[in-house]
Amino acid sequence: MKLDSKIPEGPLAEKWDKHRFKLKLVNPANKRKYNIIVVGTGLAGASAAASLAELGYHVKNFCIQDSPRRAHSIAAQGGINAAKNYPNDGDSIWRLFYDTIKGGDYRSREANVYRLAQVSNNIIDQGVAQGIPFAREYGGLLDNRSFGGAQVSRTFYARGQTGQQLLLGAYSSLMRQVAKKQVQLITRTEMLDLILVDGKAVGITTRNLITGEIATHMADAVVIATGGYGNVYYLSTNAKNSNATAAWRCYKRGAAFANPCFTQIHPTCIPFSGDYQSKLTLMSESLRNDGRVWVPKKRGDDRAPNDIPEDERDYYLESRYPSFGNLVPRDVASRNAKDVVDDGRGVGPSKVAVYLDFADSINRLGENVIREKYGNLFDMYERIIDENPYKTPMMIYPAVHYTMGGLWVDYNLMSNIPGLFVLGEANFSDHGANRLGASALMQGLADGYFVIPYTIGDYLATNKATKVPSSHHAIEESVALVHDKMDKLLYIKGEKTSTEFHRELGKIMWEYVGMARDEAGLNKALEEIPKLRDEFWQNVRVSSDKNLMNKDLEFTGRIADFLELGELMARDALERNESCGGHFRLESQTDEGEAKRKDDEYAFVSAWEYKGEGKKPALHKEKLVFDNVELTQRSYK
Amino acid sequence: MADMTLTLKIWRQKDRKSPGKFVTYTVENVSEHMSFLEMMDVLNEQLIKKGEDVVEFDNDCREGICGMCSLVINGRPHGQEHGTATCQLHMRKFKDGDIIVVEPWRAAAFPVLKDLAVDRTAFDRIMAAGGYTSINVGGAQDANAIPIAKRASDEAMDAASCIGCGACVAACPNASASLFVAAKISQLALLPQGQIERRRRAANMVAQMDKEGFGDCSNHAECEAVCPKEISITHIARMKREYFKAMALGE
Repeated sequence: MKLDSKIPEGPLAEKWDKHRFKLKLVNPANKRKYNIIVVGTGLAGASAAASLAELGYHVKNFCIQDSPRRAHSIAAQGGINAAKNYPNDGDSIWRLFYDTIKGGDYRSREANVYRLAQVSNNIIDQGVAQGIPFAREYGGLLDNRSFGGAQVSRTFYARGQTGQQLLLGAYSSLMRQVAKKQVQLITRTEMLDLILVDGKAVGITTRNLITGEIATHMADAVVIATGGYGNVYYLSTNAKNSNATAAWRCYKRGAAFANPCFTQIHPTCIPFSGDYQSKLTLMSESLRNDGRVWVPKKRGDDRAPNDIPEDERDYYLESRYPSFGNLVPRDVASRNAKDVVDDGRGVGPSKVAVYLDFADSINRLGENVIREKYGNLFDMYERIIDENPYKTPMMIYPAVHYTMGGLWVDYNLMSNIPGLFVLGEANFSDHGANRLGASALMQGLADGYFVIPYTIGDYLATNKATKVPSSHHAIEESVALVHDKMDKLLYIKGEKTSTEFHRELGKIMWEYVGMARDEAGLNKALEEIPKLRDEFWQNVRVSSDKNLMNKDLEFTGRIADFLELGELMARDALERNESCGGHFRLESQTDEGEAKRKDDEYAFVSAWEYKGEGKKPALHKEKLVFDNVELTQRSYK
Repeated sequence: MADMTLTLKIWRQKDRKSPGKFVTYTVENVSEHMSFLEMMDVLNEQLIKKGEDVVEFDNDCREGICGMCSLVINGRPHGQEHGTATCQLHMRKFKDGDIIVVEPWRAAAFPVLKDLAVDRTAFDRIMAAGGYTSINVGGAQDANAIPIAKRASDEAMDAASCIGCGACVAACPNASASLFVAAKISQLALLPQGQIERRRRAANMVAQMDKEGFGDCSNHAECEAVCPKEISITHIARMKREYFKAMALGE
């Protein structure tokens, strides 16, 4: 496998402009001759489908939900970063680039991240033009707030529902193209395989989730924008339907999977409460603007939080990181929460939580101001925990939230399979080993609105469309594969439900491939996961009708894939014997317990190649070159 | 509180064409901390083990924002808790021995797909009829070149927080989609970006709503009462004004 990142030559700030000029164009009259498949309708998928359709391409856009508007981007709360520098506080494209590279602990490509910072401003302009009601000041201009890992206020927001508003913006543009018949929208349909002819991506095999019908769709290029794989852990902040199946099918067809072990554990989530629990709920990072994180100084302190006097509280983020305080990046905040809980100072019924306290801000600003900023989040907290966070500090604990890893892509966002493009969380490209808050929305929309419309044209212009007859053996083989897997699952009729297997997988992943990892634990995971997978294939029981709506069957298929992906994540984590960002190897830490990178050995992207059932995947390394930033030990002190 | 035992009367329907009926189930060991959907998960786990078909119900984010979950619980869309979607309803609102009736959204424009899952694609078609500003990517001016009064922006945001779940339709005696449609028309009518197509949008979206078979609004305000995002019916009043203006002045 040859991995060519296709990073353009020249000075960093000129790379994207020069590259855009060099990209081949498809002339307007010819665009209508091309068909493009876009899988997923989140920020990346919907923005890509709409933009490509606006250019004149024919787009088929697929989603598993009943409407594009349900995609999990909708749940992003806090905001979206851009280098507008409206607050006049010293922001710039360069600073956003620098913060993102540093926040990612120097495990992303300079060129990609710089481009992301460059187009960030266009996204805000586009959103406002669509009618997105971003928060405003009384003077009528846009308001900003701060997020972790930055010392400027560059985050645009729409209450605690920024993802919802940005997605509805992209969705509205998409529906405009649906009305024009430039986009054919295919909902409640799941991609179950990628079809390759002569090594190029030319189509997908799908299952209609209402009728069970298996169908194939052919195109000149396939764009995957199906999100991340956080649900490997069973409990995560992802939606119940979020899954890795489309991306995993691409991996099994030869697309490299990059940095699978880079997962983000978000520091502020509502703590775990019981075995029946189906998901964890995020409390936006923006809360750390006004909330102070603390635990009791004394171990096993059982007093109610408001009974613990000020001098017996440990505001550990403020004392350990005076310059960033409660706004340290997510990985640092999460690890510190784990440290104090492991030290016996956790709070709440389970003792696996820390406080996020708004008393100071409420005193300073008044309850109304806090309500206006975070009202919906406070309400959500109260509904779940049954406590009033205006009166009693919130309890929070880290939870799996985002996956920085994903399918490998070059600078054009094309995978190593020609014609297969990957956008948004589904690719690995911009966040390195840790994503900064409010950067996921930025990246998804950057990819969809401002990168793929240019780069896909170059591929189409230089690759003559091949007409594939419907009788082609690649199509037949793909359809047979999809049928076989489903029939196999239905045939087992075992004793355990797929949820039970999923929960067990989640426990293995959280224990050994979670917030702190070491060689012994990872080796244990590499033993346990295949064992669990074997048991799954002998003992799973699925609700049986494949020709009707059957969520259990859908889920079981996805869990079968998670049982493979989990193993690759553990393997990648074992191979990377350094700590960086969200990947914390106990063997590699500084004297102060911070993540210690080993730049001489590990300044590369791990790209894994599938080698066949039961065979060890092959590791390929894309060296990361830093010409513009100096690699330093990250410090937020 | 000790765990609860509940009796569920659930609407079961094989597919769009088959007739449906209520089937009674018992669920034991329900914790007060469970969400309503987690309680439904427990039921489905039991059904899988018994070799019976699971109860289909739409759900996704389980944090009240995607709008995928539905369910009419004891006669009320999204259950009895005000301003809360089904996925955020918790079992502490119920007590041991309760009988709970669970039905799908009922509306001609939302046909049942299976059990409790309905087809809401009519909402997408209404959006396609005009729920946007007709601008392409690429030409937008600087975001701060359009100052917008905070009050207008906040009110637009109130409308824009609609999650498209369809509870308003399920609660309305006329099965009207007015609150859903009004939320979008109102959002864009309040903002300068929406002015250019203001009349056209109102005319086309309302026409599509009628075409989909939703009823008319006769001010029952049931929609506002069940809306998980507490969207106000004042937006319906604005939609009506927008629509009449479009009709009188010509779209």
